[in-house]
Amino acid sequence: MKFPESWLRTLVNPRISSSELAHSLTMAGLEVEAMESAAPDFNKVVVAEILSVNKHPNADRLNICQVSVDEAINKEPLQIVCGASNVSVGAKVPCALIGARLPNMVIKRAKVRGVESFGMLCSANELGIMEETEGLLLLPKDAPIGENFRNYYDLDDKLFTLNLTPNRADCLGILGIAREVAAISSEKLIFPEINLVKTKNSDTLAVCIDEPDACPLYCGRVIRDIDLGVSTPTWMIRRLERSGIRPINAVVDVTNYVMLEIGQPLHAFDLAKISNNLSGIIHVRYANSGEKLQLLNGEEILLQPDMLLISDEIKPLALAGIMGGNETKVDLGATDLFLESAFFMPKVIAGKHIQLGISSDSAHRFERGVDFGATRIAMERATGLIIDICGGYPGPITETKGELPKRKPILLREERVRRILGIKLEPSKITEILQRLQFDFSVKNTAFDVIPPTYRFDLSIEEDLVEEIARIYGYHNIPAGLPNASINILPTAEAVKTPMQLRRICVTRDYQEVTNYAFVDAEWEKNYSNNSSPVMLKNPISSQLNAMRSNLIGGLVSNLKFNLNRKQTRVRIFEVGSCFLKEGDGYAQSEKLGGLCYGGIVAEQWGSPERDADFYDVKSDIEALFWPEVINFEIEAHPALHPGKSSHILIGKKLAGWIGELHPKLQQESALPKPAILFELDLDILAQRTLPKAEEIPKYPSVRRDIAVIVADNISASSILQSMNALNFPIIVEISLFDIYRGNGVDNGKKSLAFRVLLQDTKKTLTDEEADSVTKELIKVLENKFEAKLRN
Amino acid sequence: MNNLENLLNEATILFDSIDNISDLEQAKARYFGKSGALTEVLKGLKNLSPEERPIMGGKINKLKEALETRLNYRRELILSKKMEAQLAGEALDVTLPGRGPGMGGLHPITKTLERIETLFSSMGFAVASGPEIETDFYNFTALNIPEDHPARAMHDTFYIAEEENKHLLRTHTSPVQIRYMQNKNPPIRVIAPGRVYRCDSDVTHTPMFHQVEGLWIDENVNFSALKGILIDFITQFSEHNELSTRFRPSFFPFTEPSAEMDISCVMCNNKGCRVCGHTGWLEVLGCGMVHPEVLKHANIDSEKYNGFAFGMGVERLAMLRYGVSDIRMFFENDLRFLKQFN
Repeated sequence: MKFPESWLRTLVNPRISSSELAHSLTMAGLEVEAMESAAPDFNKVVVAEILSVNKHPNADRLNICQVSVDEAINKEPLQIVCGASNVSVGAKVPCALIGARLPNMVIKRAKVRGVESFGMLCSANELGIMEETEGLLLLPKDAPIGENFRNYYDLDDKLFTLNLTPNRADCLGILGIAREVAAISSEKLIFPEINLVKTKNSDTLAVCIDEPDACPLYCGRVIRDIDLGVSTPTWMIRRLERSGIRPINAVVDVTNYVMLEIGQPLHAFDLAKISNNLSGIIHVRYANSGEKLQLLNGEEILLQPDMLLISDEIKPLALAGIMGGNETKVDLGATDLFLESAFFMPKVIAGKHIQLGISSDSAHRFERGVDFGATRIAMERATGLIIDICGGYPGPITETKGELPKRKPILLREERVRRILGIKLEPSKITEILQRLQFDFSVKNTAFDVIPPTYRFDLSIEEDLVEEIARIYGYHNIPAGLPNASINILPTAEAVKTPMQLRRICVTRDYQEVTNYAFVDAEWEKNYSNNSSPVMLKNPISSQLNAMRSNLIGGLVSNLKFNLNRKQTRVRIFEVGSCFLKEGDGYAQSEKLGGLCYGGIVAEQWGSPERDADFYDVKSDIEALFWPEVINFEIEAHPALHPGKSSHILIGKKLAGWIGELHPKLQQESALPKPAILFELDLDILAQRTLPKAEEIPKYPSVRRDIAVIVADNISASSILQSMNALNFPIIVEISLFDIYRGNGVDNGKKSLAFRVLLQDTKKTLTDEEADSVTKELIKVLENKFEAKLRN
Repeated sequence: MNNLENLLNEATILFDSIDNISDLEQAKARYFGKSGALTEVLKGLKNLSPEERPIMGGKINKLKEALETRLNYRRELILSKKMEAQLAGEALDVTLPGRGPGMGGLHPITKTLERIETLFSSMGFAVASGPEIETDFYNFTALNIPEDHPARAMHDTFYIAEEENKHLLRTHTSPVQIRYMQNKNPPIRVIAPGRVYRCDSDVTHTPMFHQVEGLWIDENVNFSALKGILIDFITQFSEHNELSTRFRPSFFPFTEPSAEMDISCVMCNNKGCRVCGHTGWLEVLGCGMVHPEVLKHANIDSEKYNGFAFGMGVERLAMLRYGVSDIRMFFENDLRFLKQFN
């Protein structure tokens, strides 16, 4: 809601400055989003009269004007060269004098094509005024010559823009804002008296409300023989323009003016275009399917059965409360009007204009709630203004009424105010505030029975009134306290690693955290996880962000590309985020930790040979994340990964994630010079760890035996380890791989693996014989199972 | 006598001319060895008269001591020179950079979220989470936002493509309030951090962003306490004791009374600048007393219990704290940007 301060101050004029007024509105919940002058700063511009206009001898489009800027008779006129096409003798225009500072220039004495010029005649644009006029800004005939133009045009007037919350529809009119200012400042509200218009004939148009639930009140009036050739008065145009509304013609301007003033949207129809004229009938009904209507904005819409219409006996005339029809609009040819002031129920109007993609000041008000106590007054106000401006003969108002919303009394308890706000307000204070708000109420001991006014659609329960009390009392006057509360220690599971702990492990292992949008290109879902049926968005922000991700890979790969394009050569990133899948009738959401590693194992540095990080480097990062839990790896294909270099990550039999090199096909598609290693882990599984349990430290020394064997290259290290561990010798503490060798001394297609076996007895020192016999058993298994040859 | 003195002088010159240990040991042998000079002199003692013998013996002993002293002195010197030379050769350029892997870093939003969580945990708030694909009921209806309510239009909701418009991407973390209240009995003290989604993108809006919702339900919770907690929070969060705050009435369908909390603009110190739209104030969070309708959806008796709720935009707080001017930077994932927060 935008309006000029000067208009508001005609209704209520507290003795505070503009910025104090803005502050108190903001602090009462009507946030002043902007406060700006009606025009930018300029000076030395006065009202001038053009005395003569002569062609410039050296330029076709220029004129030499003699201009009076001072009414004193003996003052010489100024000579000013002017290029505007609408310059004419006798016109009054703003004139910038020598030395004037305009928004975009400084006026100096100048020679224009050899002719001296002592100032500039101004257009609205040159002065930074919004009015849409071409050429010089023409002023009314009675504009006083020499008057400071800023004062004359009231350009120091402040334009307020309120960012209204949807509950405060009552402030979508100057009257409502004035009411609010009156309540805040305790200043008196003076509303111009609206006289009932004297009817000049008995002409009426019958109205039939077919849907009284949707339209409980409809006032109509016929006004005949108006003259639309007249122009809207300057004061009204100025108020409209400064409220952000473009003037159209006197009748439309009046309806808009009354909407801005009282908050009641009105509509005027050209009576001549209504079927059967005065003998016709206006219907308020829902549309029949298939009906069409061309709106004022020129757009033809297909009407739906839930759209309320104003129609005559034959055709739809207007989309009720939203927008009029093009056919019956009032344009300059109209002489007879049918004027409408009605109350449409908010739920009937709500959301329709958004569905239709129409911007409508009327719908904006009706869907939030228009004061049904002012329907008739608004009609009188508009009629009065129309006949003042355009003349014409009004008939009587026809009022058709159904069941209007009820304003039920609300009980407001003093004790409840104290409990909710945390301060005690005396009943006298509450009384005073209710009076300032002009609410209708009665006192019952320590409670109040309050009947909300017809213009407040946001008051229905006690808490709503508590807010009203707090608002007027001032939120800033309620002290900041602290609640009395019992203290309790929050449960914390030690056997769970928090996402923050896991993030920090990634950080210490040189990964940078990233955050990607959870919606991705549906193509990614297909390419990176073979998901042909991802969770799709109905209204994505762009077609490349149309599906909910089921994995983090796409985002990580695109982050890699983005950063490689910005000259980064080493990218190590991780993300913790939600992933989504369809599941039965609903959706499954899981939290994942994903990572990507690309480029050198360490940043380029002295004394470290250059080497790119590979599968095993990242594997160790993953082991660190799961530590102290032991995880297993099992080769497994994944649509996004190299089939020979990808693996499941298992805890026992439970799948906890996977790791692998980006599939060479995808690497090519992404134009990556080198392969990237990716991993994705299930955050919930990753978070679980076992609580440590202390065991006795053995008193006897351990014995180490190394076993080096040559086996076929395709035998996995873990299968060998597993079969050795399967023997379950109680004295074996640990078997681990410590070397792999291929090459000289080892046949092609074979590899040498070296295992370290740690043996220990908890009760005595092991003898060499005991250690050797166990080692022999191990070797026997390797020989039998894997055709291993002992290596020396 | 002369003979002895000469011997000492000669030995001293010899020892002093030697600069390695093995030569020194050889030189030592020339005097102390089996046929060494000193040994020879000692052998000569037996030819002396018994009177002369102790006198000469004493002199020879002195000579021996003197020789040993010279020898030890020289040995120490050679060793210490050798050590010096070794140390000098081994000196490092300690200014060379350390070797090995570097450190990664946390995303600035994570850092901000962690900070918010830590502050509220210290006040006894538990942390809860909820689904990001929500139902219309939890996101709107249960929060007292009926269908076609104009407040829905403020939310720019993403809907899931399905037959009925039942599922959507949550537009705020407030649905977690409802889910939490349905599962727990008062007193309740909880925050719900998480991702939320709105169909909007410009310098101050991204289609995905983060919020932290807070809820406190108890028998003695009121608006005054709400102010106290939030002022305390924002002061500690910004580590700025001079920070001014103000609460002004606002509207959220799920709170009544509702308020917006502003802080004095951190850029201009409340004087008015471009960042604060020349008001001197920055809006940082919305809050209010939980609407009875919302408590009803969670089966909580609103005559017995009161509560307050608040919600804050994490990106907004991170932008103010770290001086980030374009919210989209948080999701571009430019490593040069992200590494500034490490």
